[in-house]
Amino acid sequence: MRHIISLLMENEAGALSRVAGLFSARGYNIESLTVAPTEDETLSRMTIVTRGSDAIIEQIKKQLNKLIEVVAVIDLTDGDHLERELMLVKLRAQGEAREELKRMADIFRGRIIDVSDKTYTIELTGTGSKLDSFLHAIDRNLILETVRTGSSGIGRGDRILKL
Amino acid sequence: MELTGAEIAIRCLQEEGVEYVFGYPGGAVLFIYDALFNQDQVKHVLVRHEQAAVHAADGYSRSTDKVGVALVTSGPGVTNAVTGIATAYMDSIPLVVISGQVSSNFIGEDAFQEVDAVGITRPCVKHNFLVKDAKDIASTLKKAFYLAKSGRPGPVLVDIPKDVSNQKVEFNYPASVHIRSYHPERQADAGSIKRAAQLLADAKRPMIYAGGGVVLADAAGPLTDLVRLLGAPCTNTLMGLGGYPATDKQFVGMPGMHGTYEANMGMQHCDVLLAVGARFDDRVIGNVAHFGSVPRKIIHIDIDPASISKRVQVDVPIVGDVGQVLGELLTVLRSSKQKPDTAALEAWWKQIAEWRSRNALKYRYSDEVIKPQFVIEKLYEITRGDAFVTSDVGQHQMFSAQYYKFDQPRRWINSGGLGTMGFGLPAAMGVQLAHPGATVACVTGEGSIQMNIQELSTCKQFRLPIKVIALNNRYLGMVRQWQEFFHGNRYSQSYMDALPDFVKLAEAYGHVGILVEKPSDVEGALREAFARKDELVFLDFRTDPTENVFPMVPGGKGLSEVIFAEDL
Repeated sequence: MRHIISLLMENEAGALSRVAGLFSARGYNIESLTVAPTEDETLSRMTIVTRGSDAIIEQIKKQLNKLIEVVAVIDLTDGDHLERELMLVKLRAQGEAREELKRMADIFRGRIIDVSDKTYTIELTGTGSKLDSFLHAIDRNLILETVRTGSSGIGRGDRILKL
Repeated sequence: MELTGAEIAIRCLQEEGVEYVFGYPGGAVLFIYDALFNQDQVKHVLVRHEQAAVHAADGYSRSTDKVGVALVTSGPGVTNAVTGIATAYMDSIPLVVISGQVSSNFIGEDAFQEVDAVGITRPCVKHNFLVKDAKDIASTLKKAFYLAKSGRPGPVLVDIPKDVSNQKVEFNYPASVHIRSYHPERQADAGSIKRAAQLLADAKRPMIYAGGGVVLADAAGPLTDLVRLLGAPCTNTLMGLGGYPATDKQFVGMPGMHGTYEANMGMQHCDVLLAVGARFDDRVIGNVAHFGSVPRKIIHIDIDPASISKRVQVDVPIVGDVGQVLGELLTVLRSSKQKPDTAALEAWWKQIAEWRSRNALKYRYSDEVIKPQFVIEKLYEITRGDAFVTSDVGQHQMFSAQYYKFDQPRRWINSGGLGTMGFGLPAAMGVQLAHPGATVACVTGEGSIQMNIQELSTCKQFRLPIKVIALNNRYLGMVRQWQEFFHGNRYSQSYMDALPDFVKLAEAYGHVGILVEKPSDVEGALREAFARKDELVFLDFRTDPTENVFPMVPGGKGLSEVIFAEDL
């Protein structure tokens, strides 16, 4: 099953490689991993999307907690949560496709953030599956380049991960 | 007063009460060696290879309850140390390893003797640090010692660039340490302890399975009390030997691949299994599905939550210090009005006696050729079970674990998790330094000993009267055994040709060597060796090259699927 693990860790050099190394050394799967400092600059917040049986996910959480620099770990999929990913996609936009692509971007609530005579670059946020749907809706030949951040997650309402 | 980073590092070791540092100098640690030279509180033991420095620190730690300390230079110094660090990591041994690093301005430039020490050791340390400023050395070393020793112990590496070791700053050793993301001391859940006590009190066929955690937590006392109170059989893993006295009638031997029949059958057929500081290792429980195929309740006490339900799902997990938890469990059980079910226990012991009567450890004595088991039995007899015994890895390790009866913890020193050949001799050096005057035997093979034989030179320099018991069968015995059982007797590369004359080799290093070829000479040779109290004696026992370790649960099989010596 797909799980979104959220963690707070010391914002120190090497902390990310400890997490990445743990996943590769123990054969855990990483679908995506995002990390950036929080409003408290001594801490980084990481979101890891992974898959595994309940026993594996339990081990992943325990092993993450064991890392000395990890301050807190939660499994967002244990409760209500929000999940967003940002994608930038560069599309070939010439002739009649130009209007069609603009319309598509609107439907998916994307924004065109760069325009050239041959291309559009669209910014799109949403769940991973929404971004996938957008890419499926576009003629594959028109997609020149995509870049995705991987999911960031946060608990709903009073579910707060803070030190 | 301002001190250099190097002086601060040594002052920290003094503050921590470090008696010995095992190390090898080199370019990046010259300032640290200079600071060592200018004091005499911390003694340095010069090894002949960095791997041995870490194993020696490890042996020192295992035989005491102190943190072992090693000091190595950058690049090859630290890569040589990696095997030692990984060995300590797998067996949860508290070490602080200080490595030199190239100067800060060279880092990342592929400088001479540069290696990413923090990167290369990351998967096999509890934690590691690169110190970028001399003002951080004291706090980092304080943390390193605290991390190494607290919670589930383990090795910690501190990498110090050369320029940092020569940078002058004010020295203040912190009195205490706080790491906001690290909380190793936790109070075990009282409800779980109550549930565990109830399960044990109700058990018809209780079994205690105790591992290295009991030794590390110095919890042999409460474990022994609990086993006696319950009247239950107790098995100690390879790492846990000595945690419960092996000569006691409630001890059923070691479990696992080469464990006794009664221990393995007990593990399999008990109705309540109490696992204490043990981790259901693949060499202990064999096939996981087979192990889980019988109904029994499992209680698991461990300091490390990640050890619980990792391989085997348990019914009552208890996270906490093994000694404390056992103490609390004892209190609950003692205050209980419930009487033990003596009839059930009696039936259980009858069953165990039946398994025991298979006499799984019997072997065929020969008066033609020396049996390795016989050497260990004699070693036990002659040292009256009172020696520190280190071992390397292979058949001789299993024979030692099976035939030397350890009544006390921290007497049996071996590489259980990583299985590191070359561990025995340097580990014995650490043990002998920690216990001057004590009897220290290193049981080894002709394969293993050659992986760190250069340490005979260190033993000479520091006058370490270790007794090297080499069971020389001219084969990599355990490899040969597996090739015989599972690879159609194709002895691919397991024959040790062109062996040195170990007697002459020992003499070349300035020690005494004795060749023993006949079973009738075994006892005399051992007596002579142990009578030489101040000398290292290398005993080259020419043992039966075809002898195998029995009983055996083959890899992937279940604990009750045992091969006995007489089956083949």
